[in-house]
Amino acid sequence: MKKYLLKRLIMSVITLWAITTITFFLMHAIPGNPFAKEGKMPKVVYENLQKKYGLDKPLSQQYVIYLKNLLKGNFGESMKSRVETVNDMIRRGFPVSAQLGLQALLVALIFGPTLGALAALYQNKLPDYISMIIAILGISVPSFIMGTLFIQFIARNVSWIPIGGWGTWKHTALPSLALAMMPLAQMARLMRSSMLEVLGQDYIKTAKSKGITKPAVIIKHAVRNAILPVISILGTTISNLLVGSFVIEKIFGIPGLGMFFVKSINNRDYTLIMGTTIFYAIILIVMLLFVDIMYMFIDPRIKLTKEGR
Amino acid sequence: MKAEMEISRDLFEKASFEDRDAEKIKRPSIKYWPDVWRRLKQNKLAMTGLILIILMCIMAVVGTHINGYKYYEQNLNLINIHPNSDHWFGTDELGRDLFTRVWYGARYSLIIGILAAAIDFVIGVLYGGIAGMATRRVDGIMMRIAEVIYSIPYLLIVILLSVVFSTAGAGTSMFVLIFAMTLTDWVPMAILVRGQVLQLKESEYSLASESLGASKGWILKNHIIPNTLGPILVNITLTIPRAIFAEATLSFLGLGLQAPKSSLGTLANDGLAGLAVGNAYQILIPAIFISLIMFAFNVLGDGLRDALDPRLRK
Amino acid sequence: MKKKLSLLLSILLIAAILVTGCSKSPDDPAITQDPDTPDTEETSSGTKILRTNNGSEPGSLDPALAQGTHESWVLDHTFEGLMKLDKNAKLVEGMAKEYKVSDDSLTYTFTLRDDIKWSNGDPVTAEDFEFSWKRALDPELASDYAHQLYYIKGGEAYNTGEGSVDDVAVKALDEKTLEVTLEAPTAYFLELTAFYTLYPVNKKVVEANPDWAKDAKTHVSNGPFTLTEWEHDASIKIRKNSNYYDAASVKLDGVDFTIIDDENTTWQGYEGGEYDLLLPLPQAVVAQMKANDNPELVIGGEVATYYYNLNSKVKPFNNPKIRKALSMTIDRQTIVDKITQGGQIAAEGVVSFGMKDENGKEYRDGVGQLITYNVEEGKKLFEEGLKEEGMTAADFSNFSILYNTSEAHKKIAQAVQEMWRTNLGIEIQLENVDFQVKLDREKAGDYHISRAGWIGDYMDPMTFVELWLSSSSFNDAKYNNPEYDKLVLTARSTADQKVRFDAMREAEKMVMEDMPIIPLYFYTQPFAQKPYVTGVYKPLVNYPKLTYADINK
Repeated sequence: MKKYLLKRLIMSVITLWAITTITFFLMHAIPGNPFAKEGKMPKVVYENLQKKYGLDKPLSQQYVIYLKNLLKGNFGESMKSRVETVNDMIRRGFPVSAQLGLQALLVALIFGPTLGALAALYQNKLPDYISMIIAILGISVPSFIMGTLFIQFIARNVSWIPIGGWGTWKHTALPSLALAMMPLAQMARLMRSSMLEVLGQDYIKTAKSKGITKPAVIIKHAVRNAILPVISILGTTISNLLVGSFVIEKIFGIPGLGMFFVKSINNRDYTLIMGTTIFYAIILIVMLLFVDIMYMFIDPRIKLTKEGR
Repeated sequence: MKAEMEISRDLFEKASFEDRDAEKIKRPSIKYWPDVWRRLKQNKLAMTGLILIILMCIMAVVGTHINGYKYYEQNLNLINIHPNSDHWFGTDELGRDLFTRVWYGARYSLIIGILAAAIDFVIGVLYGGIAGMATRRVDGIMMRIAEVIYSIPYLLIVILLSVVFSTAGAGTSMFVLIFAMTLTDWVPMAILVRGQVLQLKESEYSLASESLGASKGWILKNHIIPNTLGPILVNITLTIPRAIFAEATLSFLGLGLQAPKSSLGTLANDGLAGLAVGNAYQILIPAIFISLIMFAFNVLGDGLRDALDPRLRK
Repeated sequence: MKKKLSLLLSILLIAAILVTGCSKSPDDPAITQDPDTPDTEETSSGTKILRTNNGSEPGSLDPALAQGTHESWVLDHTFEGLMKLDKNAKLVEGMAKEYKVSDDSLTYTFTLRDDIKWSNGDPVTAEDFEFSWKRALDPELASDYAHQLYYIKGGEAYNTGEGSVDDVAVKALDEKTLEVTLEAPTAYFLELTAFYTLYPVNKKVVEANPDWAKDAKTHVSNGPFTLTEWEHDASIKIRKNSNYYDAASVKLDGVDFTIIDDENTTWQGYEGGEYDLLLPLPQAVVAQMKANDNPELVIGGEVATYYYNLNSKVKPFNNPKIRKALSMTIDRQTIVDKITQGGQIAAEGVVSFGMKDENGKEYRDGVGQLITYNVEEGKKLFEEGLKEEGMTAADFSNFSILYNTSEAHKKIAQAVQEMWRTNLGIEIQLENVDFQVKLDREKAGDYHISRAGWIGDYMDPMTFVELWLSSSSFNDAKYNNPEYDKLVLTARSTADQKVRFDAMREAEKMVMEDMPIIPLYFYTQPFAQKPYVTGVYKPLVNYPKLTYADINK
């Protein structure tokens, strides 16, 4: 296990380095520069700015400097905001995105498997159809449409729900729900099929025949076994929720990391692009590792000697 | 030594016709694919999906020629017309016929989805196949590389790439979008193929075939390919909607196809504005078609997975 | 197994608490905003807080570093320059009590009011002004709008690194007297002193803490309101400044800005009663409100022109006949009536309506309509131009209209594309890029046709006319006409109003004859305000002024 973890750790560092390098050079290949503006910028001013952000040095040197700073945990100064550093922005944006993502995850975790289990228990009956309709909607409606519809039909008509912005828990209700739809649907579908499979297994039949009442069977045996596939997609789900929330953040005007990322690209704010991308990558990698370990706790059959994911 | 091995005739008895049949496999042998098809046909939902996809494809080709408008043709005197007998899906903010634009958009959405899936397929099968057939060492390195690529946040890289390439000259072309989307998306396919190849290479029946004198090529053709194709097909049917979805999301961020070309995603994005002023059809119609395509591919994929699963074979 | 499951769940829970929990630090938006939610209740019980939205996070709330409306809208209410706009949008003395102009129109002497204080209680002095203006010109500070101070003698030289700060001709003669010498007579200099780059900052505060403008706690201003809260990307709150000399005229207790950039979302918020005043509005909404004669819609005037640059360095856009033909075949009236739909006016030249001429009359009336819509004539010119350049209509499919990504620009570009297709038979392409890229490519001359807009910096036709000087850095069309340059320089260097305006009128006619750019329309700035809001007006060069607003609920 130690050996495995060590190996994973080394792989993670290599991955991070690869992502940093790719992003760094990709970003400098993007046309446009962060200081372009209408009208003339005096040469001295332009040079001052270039010097301030180290853009006057050769690219390879900039790269080395960036890596050094990164090792110290310093993402640098934002090129657009004169108010905050990239670290400040991430420190501010991540808790927002994380809260949104985790609330969405909670919603998805509560309702997704429940709907899926109900659908399996009442296969080809009304609950099955209802939950599968929800699941199909969740998978087939893009989040920007879902978010807009939520605002139009829910926020406008329910007075205590604010339209957008960030602040109280009320602000988080709709975006969390909109964000949760996709993973909720995925989980419901997964849960339904794995539950159907488990329900057909001999041990459930045995348990039933031993006189265990139905709800007890379901909870004790079926659900616990059927939920394994749901947990296996948890890692990608969490990272999707964190990374993929920028559409929702844009629609609801939420100051999360995703919004920073989109803005930073529009503004060619090099340091912020790097900062957000690398930070996202770290989250993604940590989550994947976390889920692997978690999976081991739940399913004793899985030993962490297996390679890869 | 000359033992009395005289075999007398009465040691034998005449076989009856019934006995002869006992050796025979009673059930007619069912070929793999017709069998899959037979099971797929029984799945009503999957068939609905398949029919929908076929209909969409047909309409994507002919739909733009049906009511006599061009996708770019504007009539600024007839803007925001609600659906009527002339404009079946109404007109947009520039007075363009939405019926024509929806099918034009569906064409691009489908092309993007299908091409992305095709590229994923080619790269994934090649990479995965090579890794699976290669030595352990090479395999390990190839898989590590694939994992690194897969750890790059998908949408982030798509956005970055489409910005890099779309501003390098020609505007956001369809190929830039597809390239950006497939850059990281082929990895699951490669991992899947590699896994299958590894498993099958070692499997007892290919070993058996080999010891029975079958050539490698024969094994590949008769065992490995058919058995890998199933999961690959399922993966493809799920890649297509994912690409269409990603394209729609990019449209929302202004990185979609260059106007006046349209995809269902750009149409929905254009329609957002209509929602607040009572022109909800401008977003609902494209949204419905996106959803229909997603629905169709997803249920078909699910159906295929069930149909291919040999454990369900009865 | 049960143990493991509960262990797993608790890990999840702890993770959730950790991540969300670290957001509950005392200076975090999530918690600091809670106590403030009763604000809306306060509003109804007597406190008058106007609620509106500032479209995007300010890059800085330091006047010298402000770049655009999302900064200036807040600054205009928290700071005040030597001059200001009064209740009736008239330019009057602000921080200055009076001013004197020398006979050669070059030297201005301002005397400051006696009772003016910063929000921290310090007196506002002439030295603050001298310090602020020199600071804005400092090349080390790299202010985006430093060019607004180039009118001051020595200002441009200092900012471009060629001169010294000591040669900048702004000087505090004593605590209350400021003397400024200009490079050339500038009729609109007084008005410029009401522009945000020329707002004063508190010398003592800035020198003690270079980061003073980053936090509401250390922010010090001299205007009718002061910054009390700034939650990045979420909200800005300003409250009445009790140290302001004219506090009696300020009826509001404050203004709350949210920071949400999605127009559709904020519009839903306005409809849901979350805002008292809102701009910008989605195009479709303006069109609908206008069609319904909705009294909440106010179409604010603006001095701004929307136009297309034609890159005269690229064949065939070097040919005036082609340029005129392209201009003549655009139906501008239809564009403003059917597409922009916000009361915009089809362009009649490059200078928008609202400017006054030497007689105090509308400037445009003296120049008249310089743009025609004539498809037949346009076609003829186009054929001639093509022949001269040896090109065919088919060649145009290699050209594109470059625009920065936005729904509004996209619609207009598509309409123009279609008009040229039907009128001239050319299939021009469209290309959308990010704003930063568009600027870069325009500067490099790497485009054929590009969408642009110019919002006047001050109320004089010169703000438009000077753009196409061959030496102007805003001349992206690369227009180069020595006669035009001469006219503009004449207008710039004279104090004789008649000569000045004649030169500008002639220059505008000349540029519209050569058509290096195709003006499409003159902007408006529509906004929505609830019926109980009064006293808001829209200065032509800025966002609505809320200083004298009142809420009568």
